[in-house]
Amino acid sequence: MHFLEKIGITLLIIAFTFFTLSLGLGSYQLTEDSLKISNEYHKKEVLSVAEETGLLNQEYDSRPAFITDFKNVLKASTKNLEAKAADGLPEGVNEWDFKMGDWTYKDYTMYTVKHSTTGMVANNPFLFLLLTFILGAIGVIIHSIPKFMGIAGIKNNHIYQSAMTRGLTLSVRSIMLTATIFGVLVYGIFYLKGNFMWSLITLVVMALITYLVFVKENEKEPDHNPPKSASPDALGWLGLVTGIYLIGFYILLYWSPAYITNWMLITDPVSKMLSGNEASQWFVYGFLYTIVMLVMGLRMIGKYRHNQYQILRTISVIFFQTVFAFTLPEILVRLNYPYYDFKNIWPLNYTFFFDWNLNQLIDSGGLGIFMLVWGIVLVIIGVPLITYFFGKRWYCSWVCGCGGLAETLGDPYRQLSDKSLRAWKFERYIIHGVLVFAVVMTALVLYSYFTGSSNVLFLNSDTVRSWYGFLIGSAFAGVVGTGFYPLMGNRTWCRFGCPLAAYLGLVQRFKSRFRITTNGGQCISCGNCSTYCEMGIDVRAYAQKGQNIVRSSCVGCGVCAAVCPRGVLRLENGSADISSRTTELKTIHITEDQIKLLS
Amino acid sequence: MHIAIIGNGISGVTAARFIRKMSDHRITMISAETDYFFSRTALMYIYMGHMRFEDTQPYEPWFWKKNRIDLLKGYVEKIDTDNKELHFRENLSSLKYDKLIIATGSKSNKFGWPGQDLKNVGGLYSYQDLEAMEAASADGINRAIIVGGGLIGIEMAEMFHTRHIPVTFLVRENSYWNNILPAEESQMVNRHIREHGFDLKLETELKEIVDDGTGKVKAVVTNKGETIECKYVGLTAGVSPNIDFLKDSNIETKRGVLVNEYLETNVSDVYAIGDCSEHRNPVEGRRPIEAIWYTGRMMGETLAHTICQQKTKYDPGVWFNSAKFLDIEYQVYGDVQAKMPENYQAIYWEHRDGRKSIRIIYEKDTKVIKGFNLMGVRYRHEVCEKWLKEKTNIETVLKDLSLANFDPEFYKEYEAEVLAIYNQQNGTNLQLKKKRSWNQVFTFLSS
Repeated sequence: MHFLEKIGITLLIIAFTFFTLSLGLGSYQLTEDSLKISNEYHKKEVLSVAEETGLLNQEYDSRPAFITDFKNVLKASTKNLEAKAADGLPEGVNEWDFKMGDWTYKDYTMYTVKHSTTGMVANNPFLFLLLTFILGAIGVIIHSIPKFMGIAGIKNNHIYQSAMTRGLTLSVRSIMLTATIFGVLVYGIFYLKGNFMWSLITLVVMALITYLVFVKENEKEPDHNPPKSASPDALGWLGLVTGIYLIGFYILLYWSPAYITNWMLITDPVSKMLSGNEASQWFVYGFLYTIVMLVMGLRMIGKYRHNQYQILRTISVIFFQTVFAFTLPEILVRLNYPYYDFKNIWPLNYTFFFDWNLNQLIDSGGLGIFMLVWGIVLVIIGVPLITYFFGKRWYCSWVCGCGGLAETLGDPYRQLSDKSLRAWKFERYIIHGVLVFAVVMTALVLYSYFTGSSNVLFLNSDTVRSWYGFLIGSAFAGVVGTGFYPLMGNRTWCRFGCPLAAYLGLVQRFKSRFRITTNGGQCISCGNCSTYCEMGIDVRAYAQKGQNIVRSSCVGCGVCAAVCPRGVLRLENGSADISSRTTELKTIHITEDQIKLLS
Repeated sequence: MHIAIIGNGISGVTAARFIRKMSDHRITMISAETDYFFSRTALMYIYMGHMRFEDTQPYEPWFWKKNRIDLLKGYVEKIDTDNKELHFRENLSSLKYDKLIIATGSKSNKFGWPGQDLKNVGGLYSYQDLEAMEAASADGINRAIIVGGGLIGIEMAEMFHTRHIPVTFLVRENSYWNNILPAEESQMVNRHIREHGFDLKLETELKEIVDDGTGKVKAVVTNKGETIECKYVGLTAGVSPNIDFLKDSNIETKRGVLVNEYLETNVSDVYAIGDCSEHRNPVEGRRPIEAIWYTGRMMGETLAHTICQQKTKYDPGVWFNSAKFLDIEYQVYGDVQAKMPENYQAIYWEHRDGRKSIRIIYEKDTKVIKGFNLMGVRYRHEVCEKWLKEKTNIETVLKDLSLANFDPEFYKEYEAEVLAIYNQQNGTNLQLKKKRSWNQVFTFLSS
């Protein structure tokens, strides 16, 4: 290891330690000021209950104890308000402006905990910003410096010898996957407040897909370590630890943000500078996301500094993340416009057609209407048209934020995608299943929007959309999507879950000028292309036959062409042969004409 | 009909695949090396940690079952061509065949050096060679000596380099691979080897490998009398056909198994393809033994046609090859020789960084294109092949040269600079006519 790499790693570990430990620093005291509830009836009630129970002004050292007690106060307040509402609402006040539903708990708790915190982090946000985000970023940058030194070229040395990047053995991977799925489904029952229908339906659908892949298609693999599964002989335990950390991060972020309020305190100064508002968990996430993409993007550029395609592509994703996903929406908010990411397209942006979003856009004047039309035009015209010309890569590996993170933070894990035929079968069922789910969910939501009725046949559009948000939007895209980078590769979400990728993929597969061409007979079947295909495409299977690669999942990252030691692959757009892009066996080295025809 | 194939390398596997495409014959593929076909050109990447061994296997295990290609692990010790029977070294019952394909590949050359059979001395050809390198590395290697300046030698040097094992590279010639590469390209590789920090010793030959007293290598002695301490010696001075097991058979051999243009041996129903075959009457301009991946694949494909009732002559077509010298990719199309014939003329362009070059060769009098030699630049096989086959005029080629460029998008293109060199040499004023685009290429290729 280069000494700069050692320094970088050390700094990164220090930053991570501060980042993690900062969550536990401080003590908590509820005061009238720190109680962040904007609804006056709610605030008044909570205050009085807090006073009765002795929570008010009492100092806590334990965050979980504080949160538990505060939640009990909220529950008691709900009951009290309910009783009072039964006695009669105040004049002219809407029922739900008076009563306190349990959906308010998450934000009330999070902001109250944040403002009730005192201590080191709360008092020194700048210091902690320096010790966590900035120190970590510097660590990664220093670690990446050697990638800019020496002779440029493909350097994938030791990837399969490192406990960080070699991946999980198939059994451990299966355990992690099963545990995550069941964890999500069980938590999903609580999430829907005891409604177990949707967990059950999800389970049945997954069982059906597994049945179709394993039994009906008769692909049960007798070999425990099938060659294309990307599973190593020895467990990559550092990768496992990293994956578990990431999974934990996403669980807190999505479902228990009250536990990560110190990160919000740390990023408050930045947020106030940008939008004028204090930081929420989403600001923390966006800020972290952007920094990670910046520094890991720099690493990517260093790694592929001989490759103009990789450099431009990386700059592009960093640009779209920094400007369109992070900065612009914050500035829009500052200017009292809706928070809007111009490059986030439905169905990846699944909330686009939700009533609150539509209403907000419609109520925001000319710009709001433009945003609404822009979003719809992108889906209907932008996606098919641009994909026709360039393939889905224009979005997935040049613009998209999820793709951008995968291509930067996730680059060290791209080899972990499963290339077996079995994985491909799972992929096709699951990703198209998610697309169907997204379309049906949105149709129901729009039906409710226009008719005002939540119930369509036996379905409740509110429940369907909240299950979609939980299962796909949070669990799949976040927990599995990023948490599984070190476990199943950096494009797990893009490959198996993203409904927009499915849509782009259908266009790419059936009507696009894009394909990867192979260079005649130069392939030596070495397998670098397949190994480093993050989408799990067995590129070699095509390349060794001299066949074009036209696959719906290909995000056009260009790494297969970069790692090929014989210069066999090239990403191209062309209309001349658009209907015969997939012709088999282009190059036959037998010259007699009649035989050419027979093959 | 039962077709037995000895060897599960690219030649044997290609033959099996095409026979299956065209027929329902029973196919048995025999190998003592590995259970499944793997790409031996990728052995280096396993050692370097770029790939797992499994990643070098192009087909999943179900592929063989699905295509009804029976795999048999065993070492054929004797071929009884009279009774059409194979006998194995292991305790396996003999195997009857109707047609036999010998595709046993190569073995590393050993030229009778003292100590050449010591432990931690070996080539890089088989999976077992890789295992031996791993075992030696586990013991700790203070220095590795590579003997022979060819394609395998430089791969082996790169492998050790990734594990921070110092490498000394003994090359008999006065420049790397200069019996194949033209002088400038050969010099480029010399420079590149040295900038990677290898100790490249040109005009140096191995004289002796010294035993440490336990049967392992301790040092080598060169023809210049120098003794270099080391714990591994890589013998990479070429390969030769792996046909020792045929000694007592009726099958005629010289250096390799002798075959005619139909890849038939002197014994009926016995064929040989790939590295182990030696052509009695090679196609003009080609060597009798060509131990490369691509010719093995072409022979496999050709023979499959012959076996499936479409008797086909082996015609390797326009010569092409490729390799990678550390970070420099290499591609060649057509007739590019180390010593250019008198009646040929070359256009040679080299990039300022000294790691890219384009060489285009044509015939002086007729101006017919003869060959392309690329370093660090990718050219499109089909386009170059078409120009060469059609004996295209050099000026036509140069004007359309962008069609050949196969570098990734956004890469700088150097075709104009190549053209400028020609213009300067010949006082012409040619301009690039076409832009690089798939549509243009497609139109050209289908014209």
